[in-house]
Amino acid sequence: MEPIIPAKVQESIDHFAKKDVYIHLETTNGAYASHFDEKFFSAGAYIRNANIQYEHGKIVGEGPYRVGLKLPIGWVYAEGLTHYGFDERGRLLLAGHDYDGKLAVALEIGEVPFK
Amino acid sequence: MEIEKERQVLVVFPHPDDEAFGVSGTLAVHIKRGTPVTYACLTLGEMGRNLGNPPFATRESLPDIRKAELKEAAKAIGIKDLRMMGLRDKTVEFEDDQKMVKLVADLIEELKPSLIISFYPGFSVHPDHEATARAVVRAVRQLPDEERPKLHLVAFANNTETDLGPADIIHDVSDVFEHKMNAMRAHISQTAWMLKEMEKLLAVNDEETVQRVKFERFWLYDWAKDNVSDIED
Repeated sequence: MEPIIPAKVQESIDHFAKKDVYIHLETTNGAYASHFDEKFFSAGAYIRNANIQYEHGKIVGEGPYRVGLKLPIGWVYAEGLTHYGFDERGRLLLAGHDYDGKLAVALEIGEVPFK
Repeated sequence: MEIEKERQVLVVFPHPDDEAFGVSGTLAVHIKRGTPVTYACLTLGEMGRNLGNPPFATRESLPDIRKAELKEAAKAIGIKDLRMMGLRDKTVEFEDDQKMVKLVADLIEELKPSLIISFYPGFSVHPDHEATARAVVRAVRQLPDEERPKLHLVAFANNTETDLGPADIIHDVSDVFEHKMNAMRAHISQTAWMLKEMEKLLAVNDEETVQRVKFERFWLYDWAKDNVSDIED
């Protein structure tokens, strides 16, 4: 994974537009957040291998970045993205790593399902 | 206290590294004595958050890294029977409850353990830990009293001592200290930050840290206060 280069990511988002794609979308503050700080409200969500098609998508911001994908009748959204890369199956991997190196958000797009 | 001799030990935890901090010393002692130890690790910790910045792994490459680390940790402890059960991190509590009980019951049936080491239900913080703990209690509960293996359970919720009292069993694992350190080091992708801190404190003989690493604490399951629900059919 490398620090995001918006143009590269935009190119990849464009490549996957109007195709049947699988996405992994995740936010997390870690399962122990409320254990270490009882005042912390722990929340997170993930969806894996959701099969979608989006009309177009954009990466926006100065870093950390935001990505939005416009669906025929809905949206996919992620914020806090810092790094990007591609896996061996050509899938776009976007992640937001916090200052301690912990993953806070991930958005991944590919034409083959994730394992 | 002296670690009791067992015939067969079964360890059930959901994540690679769950074994390292709390119980790896105890396991190393059992193995040194020739007691067979089976470790059933339910997931590969696929959803671990420590990926580094700059990143050393991705969400997709992490499982393979953690699998290799788990094998390395098992080697450090001396575990020869490591079983990776193929569930996914953060989903254990959503698995079919019957299936979870069967998973544990089948291991018990096959191995006839005299001791099971796992988490204490209600006091193990992470939802995957709790789901694992419930499955273990349910699987053991369906056995007649005289066939039930002992349960030595790890508890670390903030209210543990208040509600359960002090640990029932405390093992001094000083003799296998290096095995334990190596087990923790094996999970380096997830433990690097913590180990750095811990090794610094151990170097100056920080009493609390020494206590935490050299003594492993377990609670016996209190069947009289068993409040793990029955599964609805």
